Amino acid sequence: MSDQPVARLADAAGAVAGNGILDRRLLLRQGLVFGAMAWLPPGAAAGQAGSPRVPGSSRPPWMREPGREFSPYGVPARFEQETARFPAPNRVQRNNGASWTPLHLLEGTITPNGLHFERHHNGVPDIDPGGHELLIHGLVNRALAFSVPDLLRYPLESRTCFIECGGNSNAGWNRIPSRSQAGFFHGLVSNSEWTGVPLGVLLHEAGVKPGAKWVVAEGADAFAMHVSIPLAKLQDDALLALYQNGERLRPENGYPMRLVLPGWEGVVNVKWMRRLELTDQPVMARNETARYTDLMPDGTARMFSFVMEVKSLITSPSSGMVLKGGPGLYQVTGLAWSGRGRIRRVEISADNGRTWADAELQEPVLPKAFARFRIPWRWSGAPAVLKSRATDETGNVQPERRELIAQRGRHGFYHYNGIVNWSVDENGVLGHVYDEVAAQQTGTPDIDADWD
Amino acid sequence: MMKLRRSRPALLILTLIGTSAIAGEAPEGPDLGQAAGARMIADWDTDIMPDGAGLPEGRGTARDGAALYRTHCISCHGEGGLGDSGDQLAGARMSLTGEWPEKTIGTFWPWATTLFDFIRRAKPPQSPGSLSNDEVYALTAYLLSLNGIVGADEEMNAEMLPRVKMPNRDGFIDAWAREKAATRR
Repeated sequence: MSDQPVARLADAAGAVAGNGILDRRLLLRQGLVFGAMAWLPPGAAAGQAGSPRVPGSSRPPWMREPGREFSPYGVPARFEQETARFPAPNRVQRNNGASWTPLHLLEGTITPNGLHFERHHNGVPDIDPGGHELLIHGLVNRALAFSVPDLLRYPLESRTCFIECGGNSNAGWNRIPSRSQAGFFHGLVSNSEWTGVPLGVLLHEAGVKPGAKWVVAEGADAFAMHVSIPLAKLQDDALLALYQNGERLRPENGYPMRLVLPGWEGVVNVKWMRRLELTDQPVMARNETARYTDLMPDGTARMFSFVMEVKSLITSPSSGMVLKGGPGLYQVTGLAWSGRGRIRRVEISADNGRTWADAELQEPVLPKAFARFRIPWRWSGAPAVLKSRATDETGNVQPERRELIAQRGRHGFYHYNGIVNWSVDENGVLGHVYDEVAAQQTGTPDIDADWD
Repeated sequence: MMKLRRSRPALLILTLIGTSAIAGEAPEGPDLGQAAGARMIADWDTDIMPDGAGLPEGRGTARDGAALYRTHCISCHGEGGLGDSGDQLAGARMSLTGEWPEKTIGTFWPWATTLFDFIRRAKPPQSPGSLSNDEVYALTAYLLSLNGIVGADEEMNAEMLPRVKMPNRDGFIDAWAREKAATRR
């Protein structure tokens, strides 16, 4: 368990829900006061402002010598090495598996490109864009091949949206609550500004024939990963993305081009795109039959369950962190998202779901994108359970884990969006618990399937 | 009144013209794509559809496939397809409604054609695309035979493979079709 302190804020009145949840607007008002205090020089606070000093002696080392020179491509501060992805490869085939975004170490809504989650089935291909083309064929009037330079000449559009692996948070199906930190449990989701060619433009140029209903999309990796996608989605809001957060795609995120299907499970956002075949039926690929299908309690399985449903989690404080300042005021913050549109509200509870209050949502709240929420909380020093519950603009509400399991059983593997509980003990140590007392803390994890 | 009645069909026609003009108004692009020839498409398109469309010439039996399995697959998928670092492919003892559902080819995969498609495009992981069509048919036959779906000497080819009915063929619910139906309602 790591020992990350959580910033403590000032104490204040203004409770709006049980066990110390305060009015979300209080944070903004208090923030002005405490922000200003925090920026006073340390000497002034200690009453030493007027004492005589040798010039320069109060300077920290980095103010007494010139800084380093320019760099062609910036990297994070050397003190932030822990803000890194958590790779979990297959134990033999090391290029197959997933790596998690450290959501609990990030703020705001945009995931830095080097921290975007990864899911590869046979490694990251080293694609030379000069030798790569996109082929569109099948039920079209003209089969067309596009080079990368050609695609870069198209009018581009940007969409800010999340991409979430269908298997994200799947440890939630386990009987035993995962002990992982928040991002290494829920971080197969990331949020970026993607820029590229709207797929509808390219499909129109090829000329969609009557009878075309599906598009088989294939990547240029060593897995030749392919899936079937409803044509309507590609004509709606899909992008052939060439840029991620302003720069060309990273190899692990699909360089030189990938599909971005806002709100739909990661596997259909095909990376390293090379072929789109319009068909009248799905191909029934391995990754839409044997995998990425949701086994139900009656033994049937849902297939083509594309939409990632409404979900949220508190990223700070979260499992593995410590409320180092002791009892007092803390900021509770996290992320919410829905594949069906905008997040309308996020409610927070500090008393295990007995009472709830609305968190502040950071503007702008975009459709099918991360929404950042924040709310102040006065920790009394007693054990507590923190929860977040998101509602999207279609009225869908994030379910409690027990509701999800009652509906879907425990072997769905994919599409887990249950409410997350973080426990706080009397020492301020954060952990992960389920509502059911019988399920707590002991035993071995029991995920049904591996990342193959 | 007469005037009004006469004007109605005219209005309707205008509306139809308007609608079709909007429907045809797809986003304009610079049209930079190059015509792709039949040769390129044939080279690139290795999809096998569930009805068998796309299956190449060639043949193989489980007996042929057993040796290939030992060479290419057993290190990850284990003896008899029981799984190791790779998926369990056969030998399920627990059904899909059991306490520990075992999603093998025999209990879970709905289409035999998917096996051929997947092995040919992705296996073996160290050298994908290196197996001949005969070898892929043989491995497909072997995995079907391990699951008791075809016999050891039953030849798999473009004609026979699509006729194999998988035990879990009817075990899937199309969530997308349901979603569209619910939206229409």
